[in-house]
Amino acid sequence: MKLNEEIIIAGFGGQGILSMGQTLSYAAIKENKETSWMPSYGPEMRGGTANCVVILSDAPVSSPIISEFDTAIVFNQPSLDKFENAVKPGGILLYEKSSIIRVPERTDITVLGIPVLEEAEKLKKKQTANMIMLGAYLELKPVIGQEAIIYALKKVLPERHHHLIPLNEQAIELGKKLVRELTGKEARNGNAKESVHEYSAG
Amino acid sequence: MEEIFDPVCIDKEAIDSMDVVYDKTPLLTDAPMHYCPGCGHGIAHKMLMEVIAEMGIQEQTIGVAPVGCSVFAYHYMDVDMQEAAHGRACAVATGIKRVRPDKFVFTYQGDGDLAAIGTAETIHAVNRGENILVLFINNAIYGMTGGQMAPTSLQNQVTSTSPYGRDTKFTGAPLKMTELVAHLPGAYYVTRQAVNNVNSVRRLKKAIRTALEYQKDNNGTCFIEVISNCPSGYRMTPLQSMRWIEENMFSVFPLGDIKVPGKGGAVS
Amino acid sequence: MENNENVRLMKGNEAMAEAAIRAGMDAYFGYPITPQSEVLEYLTAEIPKRHGIVLQAESEVAAINMIYGAAGAGARVMTSSSSPGFSLMQEGISYIASAQLPCLLVNVNRGGPGLGTIQPSQGDYFQATKGGGHGDYHMYVLAPASVQEMADHVFEGFRIAEKYRLPAMILSDGALGQMMEKVILPEEGSLPKETPEWGTTGKPKTRERNIITSLFIQPEKMEEINLGLQRKYQALRSEIKFEEYCLDDAEYILTAYGLAARISKKAVDILREQGIKAGLFRPITVYPFPSEQLEHHAVHARFILDVEMNAGQMVEDVRLAVNGETPVYFKGRMGGMIPTPAEIVEAVMTKINVLEESLV
Repeated sequence: MKLNEEIIIAGFGGQGILSMGQTLSYAAIKENKETSWMPSYGPEMRGGTANCVVILSDAPVSSPIISEFDTAIVFNQPSLDKFENAVKPGGILLYEKSSIIRVPERTDITVLGIPVLEEAEKLKKKQTANMIMLGAYLELKPVIGQEAIIYALKKVLPERHHHLIPLNEQAIELGKKLVRELTGKEARNGNAKESVHEYSAG
Repeated sequence: MEEIFDPVCIDKEAIDSMDVVYDKTPLLTDAPMHYCPGCGHGIAHKMLMEVIAEMGIQEQTIGVAPVGCSVFAYHYMDVDMQEAAHGRACAVATGIKRVRPDKFVFTYQGDGDLAAIGTAETIHAVNRGENILVLFINNAIYGMTGGQMAPTSLQNQVTSTSPYGRDTKFTGAPLKMTELVAHLPGAYYVTRQAVNNVNSVRRLKKAIRTALEYQKDNNGTCFIEVISNCPSGYRMTPLQSMRWIEENMFSVFPLGDIKVPGKGGAVS
Repeated sequence: MENNENVRLMKGNEAMAEAAIRAGMDAYFGYPITPQSEVLEYLTAEIPKRHGIVLQAESEVAAINMIYGAAGAGARVMTSSSSPGFSLMQEGISYIASAQLPCLLVNVNRGGPGLGTIQPSQGDYFQATKGGGHGDYHMYVLAPASVQEMADHVFEGFRIAEKYRLPAMILSDGALGQMMEKVILPEEGSLPKETPEWGTTGKPKTRERNIITSLFIQPEKMEEINLGLQRKYQALRSEIKFEEYCLDDAEYILTAYGLAARISKKAVDILREQGIKAGLFRPITVYPFPSEQLEHHAVHARFILDVEMNAGQMVEDVRLAVNGETPVYFKGRMGGMIPTPAEIVEAVMTKINVLEESLV
């Protein structure tokens, strides 16, 4: 199948939104795919909202600016409000469970709330929340292989943090496990739609 | 070169070499100077070119001309030169020196160019210790545009834009750029000279020589202010204008070394 | 792939900076301004380990004059800034154009006027292509649409600037500067370099002194200089670059440059999926403008929709090129807002509907 995956990742500055997107793009390069990573930038980055659009494709990326997404990954309520309706029918919406007051209402997409902040606390490293979410996403949509992700982590993390790569791998694995548990089966490409939505609405 | 500046060749063969008692420096071109009679620019040009000739560094020298009366300095100085935008000579010289660090680089600027519109470029070039010579001609007036007030104009000085005399409370006091830059660590040798008489001119030449010798050692910026005159701008004869700078400018802009290497960088 | 140092994921600004080092840039003078500060940051980190000069100037005014000095001394030089900084540089650029000095200038365009916004914009098209500073001059202006082109245009910019002795500009925007994409970097040392004979490098006995100046006080001489510049700009037309996308049978042509063209390309894809014969004409050089090349397609089109991130600037060049052969409409966003493919599709459909109704 031809790959053309359009992703928005959104949350507060400092939540690792931009680096999560960069991880995907670096990994895409490793796998010889085409990719673009488009950040929101400037003062917005510091404590305000931050988002980035990542496109992974087999063909050269046409527009890096898009208004509809195959997948939206949101870490706070304003981002959910902004991007819920921007997910294409049949697409995926992942959200950070404890940061959401109003749960998503869409029924034509795969919706899944993942308690990544809570799980990151358990790992004693809050900064791994984004990687747990990345694992969750890759479990639902395995667009990138594990080897490429490890390569990407080496690029995204400054060298002084390279000793944390095993912890990040652990976080990604945890995210994958969480999705398997939540959906009750090997979720792939939105097939788990109904059971997933049932869970998240509950 | 433009027609009006085509050299007027003197028939040197008409004079027996034994009879020559004075000749112009070989590094001044044959182009007739456009400066007003009695103007100090000609003297300053000559001293600079004499030093370059005596040091034998014509091939290694690159100069930067300003905007002002000396805008055409490159017509008279027989070295490679660049004409800078108004006030930007020190930035242009920075660009040259950074890519040609083995060359001798100088700027030649007036008081409007250096002390008004080019203040920022001057201070930052000196602060970086750019290894260049800044030759700053201060005659307390804008000459080329017709005698307007300069940042260095004196209290009560009458100019075409201070017709009732400069009111320093309203337009600021004479700006002492030389004292100002002397405070900067990047300044290596800072001195104030003049062109009012033969002794002054000799001291000026010595200062230029000193500055260019220092440039070989890459120690920082050498900054020479030259108190000069503007007979046309002052509405005076050349002699009167020289007396005027002696009687009025020297008290505000005292002559002498301000920062000399090896003397603790003391600023008087 | 990771073993190949030439293939990387990079921000546009960083790709440009890396390309400059690889292009054998002798010196860079610049001043920080969002959204292009990564260029100066990258160079201050890399150049001490490699080759060349990098200096943070005290202002954009100083930076452009350092460029003048270093270019005049025969060096391969570059600066970059963003819109407000380029307003400050206009004086220097005019002098550089008049003194006929080669250099590369990069404008990572942000929204204006005034201090404006740091978000991407194409509001500096007029300034970049029509002169900007005083007097009759132009730059060779390349408008990249990808991180790859940001890197490639550095080489092309230096090559053209030195071939024709004029300032070349890369007219980019904040989004292209900040976004990351795969880039295949040009090989180091692939751009030949020689010290020009006209540079102020110190006068040997074998030649007359070299003078770099923009002052030609006699009007006859100044006119002669101007005629020379105009001949140069005429010759520059042989260096025109453009991209054609789905134009062979296009009834509706989008015209756009830079980022707006990337977005328009996607709009063309969407329109084609709906059975609408749309195409894209993208000027890669916005000066000189590919007028003849656009006119060639325009005669077959039912209309042209020009898309820009400004109030309508390139659209004037489009109209001049088309010269009334077909209607030219405009769709723009301003102040740092970026049009989406869906918005462009909607604008095309609206115009098609108007056209259909008028034919009923």
